[in-house]
Amino acid sequence: MSPDFLNRMRVEWLGTIRADLLAGLVVALALIPEAIAFSIIAGVDPKVGLYASFSIAVITAIVGGRPGMISAATAATAVLMVTLVRDYGLQYLLAATVLAGVLQVIAGALKLGSVMRFVSRSVMTGFVNALAILIFLAQLPELIGVPWMTYVMVAAGLAIIYLFPYITTAIPSPLVTIVVLTAIALLFGMDLRTVGDMGELPSTLPVFLLPDIPLTWETLQIIFPYSAAVAAVGLLESLMTAQIVDDLTDTKSDRNQECIGQGVANFFTGFIGGMAGCAMIGQSMINVKSGGRGRLSCFAAGVFLLILIVVLGDIVSIIPMAALVAIMIMVSVGTFSWSSIASLRDHPRSSSMVMLATVFVTIYTHNLALGVLTGVLLSGIFFAGKIAQLFSVTSELTDNGATRTYHIHGQIFFASSDEFSAAFDFGEVLDKVIIDVTRAHIWDISSVAALDMTVLKFRREGAEVEIRGLNEASETIVDRLAEHDKPGAMDRLMGH
Amino acid sequence: MSKIIAMVDGSVYSESVCDHAAWVAKGKGWPVEVLHIIGLRDETSDPRNLSGSIGFGARTALLNELAELDAQKAKLARKRGQAIVEDAAARIGAEGIEVTARLRLGDLVETLRDAEEDADLVIIGKRGEDADFATLHLGSNMERVVRASTKPILVASRAFQPVKKLLVAFDGGPSALKAVNHIARSELFSGLAIHLLTVGSETTEARRAIEGAAALLKGAGYTVTSEIAEGQPEHLIAVRAEAHDFDLLIMGAYGHSRIRSLLIGSTTTAMIRACKVPVLLFR
Repeated sequence: MSPDFLNRMRVEWLGTIRADLLAGLVVALALIPEAIAFSIIAGVDPKVGLYASFSIAVITAIVGGRPGMISAATAATAVLMVTLVRDYGLQYLLAATVLAGVLQVIAGALKLGSVMRFVSRSVMTGFVNALAILIFLAQLPELIGVPWMTYVMVAAGLAIIYLFPYITTAIPSPLVTIVVLTAIALLFGMDLRTVGDMGELPSTLPVFLLPDIPLTWETLQIIFPYSAAVAAVGLLESLMTAQIVDDLTDTKSDRNQECIGQGVANFFTGFIGGMAGCAMIGQSMINVKSGGRGRLSCFAAGVFLLILIVVLGDIVSIIPMAALVAIMIMVSVGTFSWSSIASLRDHPRSSSMVMLATVFVTIYTHNLALGVLTGVLLSGIFFAGKIAQLFSVTSELTDNGATRTYHIHGQIFFASSDEFSAAFDFGEVLDKVIIDVTRAHIWDISSVAALDMTVLKFRREGAEVEIRGLNEASETIVDRLAEHDKPGAMDRLMGH
Repeated sequence: MSKIIAMVDGSVYSESVCDHAAWVAKGKGWPVEVLHIIGLRDETSDPRNLSGSIGFGARTALLNELAELDAQKAKLARKRGQAIVEDAAARIGAEGIEVTARLRLGDLVETLRDAEEDADLVIIGKRGEDADFATLHLGSNMERVVRASTKPILVASRAFQPVKKLLVAFDGGPSALKAVNHIARSELFSGLAIHLLTVGSETTEARRAIEGAAALLKGAGYTVTSEIAEGQPEHLIAVRAEAHDFDLLIMGAYGHSRIRSLLIGSTTTAMIRACKVPVLLFR
């Protein structure tokens, strides 16, 4: 524990105590609806999500790598576990949560946080849009086939949420929404669904318990795919949220530490009967907007949430679901990147495709990891396609038509090796063929194979083949370019 | 090349820091560099919005809003910083001392670490500006600087008094010996009266150490008295300083590790706070 570390901890925990505590309180109000709503989606009692939100918020506040970010039970991870709960029950969900935590810690230890650089801007936009849509879709069961009064109540709730801040920003408008809608429902004796109808709420502090599952190979086979998906989605959303908080606050986060923090949080959450979670984009934005900057705000949000639920449990259970639906619609609207719709027109078509593919795959599979994977693969392919265009061949005839020299310029790799092979005229009768690759880069085995095949074909036609500048051109074939050589390697690579 | 760094922050202590700097600069013939560090952004004074609602385009709106706020604050801090160093440089320059002004952005400790490389003395106010009161870190900047710096540090009191009598808190440790050696060689204090004080029980060892130090100082031409007294160091030293009108306390700083001082509290910090006179610290 160096003085610098202690000082950093002091700043991160105690730098903005008052603002963090207030922001924590505001955020707790936005955590409760998400925890309840997505416990229901996942098919478990609200207490599973609420306990999870408490423990994840508190633990990530302590061991996470991004002060000012809010983590709890989330939509993104909950939707992955629906079939696990349906087919095998709650205990398997808890075990999967523990395993997901282990996987995330491993990812953090392997420093996989840096893999995020392959996730392009378009994929990130697709992710937040898909997430916003998932959150919105999750509200539909509360909006379809319900008494018409529900619609009025939700509309009233939304009106309060968006209009109340014009009156004062000192009181959280979600709180006003909850209080007003609950009061109206009670006053007029409306027959609306309440939180209490949705399942068991926590009445005590969480206790330690081991998931009740057989510790067999078969169990592992069942939970592993879920754990892997949860771990991947959890890290993706957490790292993306960290990036957003970085941008908003103009500070840096420790990504690998964040991976480990998320893992530790999920690991322990599984043992107190909570489901897996991760960072939350919407709630983190609310936190930053409310002035939360330190670790204390996430910690406080978790603690306030538990106090609210355990102490005021009876009151919480009479809150009409309409109030929570209104809050979640607000979170969904705030998370969605509305400017991305307008920019569909002026962004390059490939970026728009990547964004839309990410959204559609996610909505179709309810798995953000698959959506992001699609997006990343697509952007990789589009990029390769673009780079493959940086390729040209010129040639000239010398020695009275007996020798032809081909000058290859640009990038030769899997996407351009076909074009490379097609650039040669094997029908020409020549004594000698010179292939000058001094000004080309050979990136991979595909291009080596294409070059070999070209040489072979010319030989078959009876020509002698000479390749020039192969050493320079093939310097790029080694993996990890930056490490493979002496200083100046980059200049030589790019220069020749 | 010797120089003095005077750390100013626009608080009431800044003037006193300048006066102390001028005093040392005159005595030593060193130039002064006035340094103001614009710290990392302070988030505490942000206007709060506790509405807890995020609407259409929330991220972009929030980003713009925060960036705008930071930009305004940064501009203000820059203007203010410029004014602070100019004022300070003018105050010192008026005494006919060579002075330069420097404005830096960054973390206080890290920036000072770079800046103090070719300095012989760093002068800082006992307390900083009011912002410190809000964050419960009373004078913690001073403590951070004292801990991080490798140079002798003069912690300025609220107002400068001409220095006539020195009190040396002598614990026999390496930094205390360094302090005594420094005084013996320094022309700044020549001819002044020095009182050596060891807080602790009277042992032969302690007696021998303090007598040795006294002899060294006498040899350098000072009028020296010495004393070993039992009691609470910070309390006793503060009482002595007050009762006998000492103008400057000289001591070694932070003998203990950070962890230990976190648990039991740091004698040095407590002492600096308890005394009303400026303190010259040696690491």
